Amino acid sequence: MKLTRRNMMKLSAATAAAGAFGLPAFAQNIDELVIAYNTTLPSWDPTTGPSAVNPTIQGIYQSVFDQFILQQPDLSPAPGLLTEWGWNDDRTKVMMKVRQGVTWHDGSPFSAEDVAWSLARAADPATGNPINFVWSTLENFAADGDTVTADVKQFDPTIFKWMYFLTGYVLPKAYYEKVGADGFEEAPIGTGPYMVEKFERNAFVRLKANENYWGGKPDFETVTIKFVTDAAARVAEVESGNAHVTLEMPYEEYDRLKGTLNGVAAPISDIGMIFLNDIDVMLDENVRQACALAIDKQTIIDRLLSGYGVAIDTLQTPEYEAYEASIKVPYDPEKAKELLAASGYSTDNPVKFKIQTTRGFKPKDYEMIQAIVGLWRRVGIEAEIEVYEIAKHYELRAADTLAPAAFYNWGNSVGDPTTSTGFAMFGPSPHSVWDGADLIEKIGPLWGEADEAKRIEGWKEVDRYVAENALVIPLLQYVQPILSAKGVEVTPHASGALLPHLMKRA
Amino acid sequence: MQILRSLLFRLASTAVTLVGVAVIVFFVIRVVPGDPIAMMLPPGATDEDIARLTALYGLDKSIPEQFFIWAGGVLQGDFGTSITARRPVLDLVLGRLPATLELSIMALVIAVILGGVAALTGTRERGTKVEAGIDVANGMALSVPDFLWALILILLFGVAWPVFHISGRVTPSLDLPFVTNFYLFESLVRLRFDLWADIVSHMFMPALALAIPLAAIIGQLLKQSLKETMHLDYVTLARTKGYGENHVIIREALPNAILPTLTLVGVQFTFLIGGTVIIERLFSYEGLGNMAIDAVINRDLPLIQGIVILFAVLFTVVNLVVDLTYALLNPRLRNA
Repeated sequence: MKLTRRNMMKLSAATAAAGAFGLPAFAQNIDELVIAYNTTLPSWDPTTGPSAVNPTIQGIYQSVFDQFILQQPDLSPAPGLLTEWGWNDDRTKVMMKVRQGVTWHDGSPFSAEDVAWSLARAADPATGNPINFVWSTLENFAADGDTVTADVKQFDPTIFKWMYFLTGYVLPKAYYEKVGADGFEEAPIGTGPYMVEKFERNAFVRLKANENYWGGKPDFETVTIKFVTDAAARVAEVESGNAHVTLEMPYEEYDRLKGTLNGVAAPISDIGMIFLNDIDVMLDENVRQACALAIDKQTIIDRLLSGYGVAIDTLQTPEYEAYEASIKVPYDPEKAKELLAASGYSTDNPVKFKIQTTRGFKPKDYEMIQAIVGLWRRVGIEAEIEVYEIAKHYELRAADTLAPAAFYNWGNSVGDPTTSTGFAMFGPSPHSVWDGADLIEKIGPLWGEADEAKRIEGWKEVDRYVAENALVIPLLQYVQPILSAKGVEVTPHASGALLPHLMKRA
Repeated sequence: MQILRSLLFRLASTAVTLVGVAVIVFFVIRVVPGDPIAMMLPPGATDEDIARLTALYGLDKSIPEQFFIWAGGVLQGDFGTSITARRPVLDLVLGRLPATLELSIMALVIAVILGGVAALTGTRERGTKVEAGIDVANGMALSVPDFLWALILILLFGVAWPVFHISGRVTPSLDLPFVTNFYLFESLVRLRFDLWADIVSHMFMPALALAIPLAAIIGQLLKQSLKETMHLDYVTLARTKGYGENHVIIREALPNAILPTLTLVGVQFTFLIGGTVIIERLFSYEGLGNMAIDAVINRDLPLIQGIVILFAVLFTVVNLVVDLTYALLNPRLRNA
């Protein structure tokens, strides 16, 4: 630039403007970690209301509150506030040992009383815990020293898994009773790695490291989580240095920026799938099989998701206990044509039905369904796409009135087959769309199966039956893209939760 | 007397409008697809769980019954409790209203300044390349929607030349001494120019994105009015008296030419408030619009109702103020 009086004036004006308005801090020396988060936090109580079952928010909750049992980044359980847990021999009682020496954020001691109270509160229908039906399988909670016991009202083999899943949080009994629900919303405390310093609803939450955290003080003293719901704005935040970490951006943007920033893209527990409703043409097994065989999942992942995804053939991902690699549903369009022909359909006389999908709720959801409809058309399936909001999907699914095919994404961060195949395929469940009696009969005994190995094998058999009969079409396991400044190293969590205490200085 | 009668009539019609809006919004959001209970159903929930949650949120009653319960509460100042935030709706919406008002007013000020300067310059330089340039710029500003301006601004001043903040309303690390949520206003009153600069730095891009299309409309209409006025006899008389062109435009032509623009600004201001919904979302600005989108996504029925009612109140009040201002500024109406 030529040094002229005019250019000098321009430069001075720009510098003055930048100084006056405060240039955003770049990530050279990170004293305060800033995360551009993809959702807002409506409520601080992690055990009641819609927020409690919103998987996207769990990362914020887990920064402040501890769950009964710790879940490690690979989804496996580890001692947390509970150091030991289990049933008695005849499965009529549960026993839990509570960690000693833990304190709440206000300095008061954490005790077994807090655990017993949190469990009893979750089991009380009046508190509005959406997972009450799980917690209420236990009753008569009692605390004695460092031990908590409860009677088993109805045996649920997954009860301890729920202790690191939705609403499985320990809240402070004395503090909550003292300040009430409103006071807790105003000033929440937990035993987690970070304490809430400042909270502006819809804007940000500022967290301060808990020096007394039983798992060790986090690397970053202060963390600000800004709620930036628009993906383009999140990318701009991290690209400009206004934020150090962000997640869930378009894969194209991730690829563009992963060279200049740190990028990590790891598979998470969310999957994409197509529900098949047992109505109309979906009652024809040939049609269902053809639908499943005509989808080239890997090509869809490569072309539409830039390769970020893992093709799946059951509702289990490779990280899940009941994953069975031998169950395969190959891409075989010729076989699909044969099956359709056996039912009297062809490209000239296609089978017709409606498929519902969201648009923009998950990465390339609508585009994937467009691609699938295109692949189906080649073999003699003509599907009409109906776009709906996710709220409508929930309503239609709960009323069992979805179209013959409906795209959805299923989250199962606990990794148990009951919370994937179980709830998605068991007819009486409000989340299930397939109501076949044969499947109900196969799944029924597994709910209360006490022999863990037998239980997992049972679910694998169910998955095999589901795949062989094409009762649902699993598509892919999602990959979560995370971008961070060069000075920050992020450990991804397979649940999809972005956890600041797992972030380190690089 | 005429103005007072007119005011009373407008207040009565405003009340009827609000009741109409309340009835429509209440019934419409219960008819459109999306059940808030279905959205919070966990895997494995039974029919009993669904019934329990439905009753907990008062959705087990008939829609007319729900309406009368809600309307009864509203008359007593209770707009219900947000399903997602679990806090009183009135607290939530009133807490966010100042942010949206400040943003809208700042956008209006920017639009008036930009549009006014464009119109005055265009009139001053009528028939020249400068006017042609202003017309082209106006056309561009009008044809590009505000959300696209927002993305362009983010790219320019957020990423390429990061002068302004991209998201939020204020830097989280700042300690705010405010007692109201009118941050911009209160920072000036407290003479905290450091905070004021930070708040402006957050507001500037969303406000400018909202302002650009409105500025183009103001510029176009005001320039047209000015050009028509410039041909009137009293303006010619002013010229023959020897007044300079700037004096003639600003002191003689502008007072008459501004009235149609004022009406338009009033109408457009209500649209501008509506436009904050998308813009606040893009900039993660913690106003009513951003909250409205979350409320709709989560099917938070009480919160949607509260926000829509508040928007309706805003719209009717702004229209009322514009009409009154017009009546006060227009001598024919003022003396009627």
